[in-house]
Amino acid sequence: MAVERLRCRECEAEVPAGPVYVCERCLGPLEPAYDLEALRRLPLRQRIEAGPRSIWRYVDLLPVPYDPVVDLSPGYTPLIPAPRLGQRLGLRRLYIKNDATNPTWSFKDRSVSIGTAAARQFGYQVLACASTGNLANSVAAHAARAGMRAYVFIPAGLERGKVLASAVYGPTVVEVDGSYDDVNRLCAEIGEEHAWAFLNVNLRPYYSEGGKTLAFEVAEQLGWQVPADVVVPIASGNLLVKIHRGFQELAAVGLVDAATVRVHGAQPAGCAPVSAAFKEGGAIRPVVPRTIAQSLAIGTPADGRYAIAAVRASGGRIDDATDEEIVEGIRLLAECEGIFTETAGGVTIAVLRKLAAAGALDPDGVTVACITGMGLKTADHLAGALAAPVRVRPSLRAFEAAVLARVS
Amino acid sequence: MATIRIPTPMRRYTNGERLVTVEASTLAAAIDELGRRFPGLRERLVNGDGQLHHFVNVFVNEQDVRTLQGLDTPLDERAEVSIIPAMAGGAPAW
Repeated sequence: MAVERLRCRECEAEVPAGPVYVCERCLGPLEPAYDLEALRRLPLRQRIEAGPRSIWRYVDLLPVPYDPVVDLSPGYTPLIPAPRLGQRLGLRRLYIKNDATNPTWSFKDRSVSIGTAAARQFGYQVLACASTGNLANSVAAHAARAGMRAYVFIPAGLERGKVLASAVYGPTVVEVDGSYDDVNRLCAEIGEEHAWAFLNVNLRPYYSEGGKTLAFEVAEQLGWQVPADVVVPIASGNLLVKIHRGFQELAAVGLVDAATVRVHGAQPAGCAPVSAAFKEGGAIRPVVPRTIAQSLAIGTPADGRYAIAAVRASGGRIDDATDEEIVEGIRLLAECEGIFTETAGGVTIAVLRKLAAAGALDPDGVTVACITGMGLKTADHLAGALAAPVRVRPSLRAFEAAVLARVS
Repeated sequence: MATIRIPTPMRRYTNGERLVTVEASTLAAAIDELGRRFPGLRERLVNGDGQLHHFVNVFVNEQDVRTLQGLDTPLDERAEVSIIPAMAGGAPAW
C-alpha cells in the first residue's frame, strides 16, 4: 500500500510522503506511516500467498506500489534447515536465511528495489549511494535495469570482488580516500547540492523498509510463526531494527499471534561500537574500523541506538567476533551446510556460536541466522586460511600416491 | 570568517540560504551567532543543556567534532563547518 504520509520516529510529527528523510521540527528520522487499521481489514494472508515469489508479495506492507521496470525479483530467499551446524552448536532447530541468493548476492537488493521504485515515483533520473560494497552493487544493477544513471561512492581499498561487481553494470564508481563514515558525510553534502536519489540518504525512509521483508519471509516460511531467536549482523544497525519492526508489524496486522522473537546483533570486534555500548550500558562512541568484515565497517552507526533498543526490548544480546573467529565462522557454515558467505556472514555465524555457548539461545526453539551476502565477493580474506589443492601429474599412480595415501 | 553549510531541513530558518559566514573563534560561538541572526536555528542544534542534539552531526574541515573538541572546537578564518542530520551521517551523540 503506497503510504501518503511519513512520520517522525522521535516527535511523531507527520509530513506528506516525499523524498525527505529528516523531521524539520527535531531532525529525527522519518518513516512511512501505514494505516494498520485498513491493513487489518484486508485478507492479507491470501493476498501475500497469491503474490510473486519476491519481496513484492508483501506489497500491501511496503511504502510504494510494485514497479515492474525496476524488478530484479529480490527476496523470497531460501530458509534452509542447518542440522549439521545446529548439532555442532547445540541448537536443535537452526535455520539459515540465505540472502546470498539475491540478484546481486546480498540483502541490499530488498531495500534498493523499494528505494528505486520510490526514486522513479518522485521523478529522479540518477541513483546514488554511500556504500561499503554490497549496496553499490545493488544500486548499479537496479540503475541498469531501470535505465537510470548511477553514481556509487565507496571507501578506497574495498575487496576487488565488490568493486568489480559494481563496475560491471556501468555506473560511475567513486572511490573516496577515507572510511565509510567519510563517504557517508560526503554523500550527505552532495545530496544537498544535486537532485539525485541517494538511496540511503534522502530516500532512506523508503529504502530501509526493505529489511522488514526478511522478517516477513522468515515468518511465512515457518508457516506464519515467529522463531524463538534471530541473529542479525549490525553495520548501521538499520537491518536489525527493521527485522524487529517487521515481526511487530506482522503481529499488529494479525498475520502472526505475537512478536515474541528475541533479536540478537553481531558485530566484528574491529568495529563494534554498538556491541560495546550494549555491553557497557552507555553511549555509542564512534570508532575507527579495523576489520576484515568491511561491509560492517561503519564506525558511527546511524541506527545503533535504535538497534540496542530493539535488542533490549526483545530480550536479545549483542556480541562481536575477531577476524580469526570470522574466518572460522565462514568455514564452519561452508563445511557444515554448503553455504559460502562473505565476511559479514562469518561474523553472524561466529556470534551465533558464542550466543549458543553462552546459553543465550533457546536450544529447542527455532533459531534463524541471517546470512546477508555471498562469499566470492570477499574471497580475498580467506587467502592462507584454506587447504591448498593437491597438485598431481595426470597419472593414476601419481594420484594414488599423492591423494589417496593422504586420506586413507 | 568561518563558512557554515546549512542542510535543507534547516534552511527555512535561514531564509533559504545554504552557506552562511560567521565571525567566531569556536563552534559554540558560531552557533550562538547563527542563533542571533536566525531566530529558532540555535534550538535546532543544541538542547537546553547546551549540548548538540541527538540527530545533529557537525564537522569542522571534514572532521566530526566529536573526535575534536566538541562545541569547543576552534574555528579559524578558513574553517568550513558542515551540519548534517545524523540519519545520513552517523550516530546520534547521546
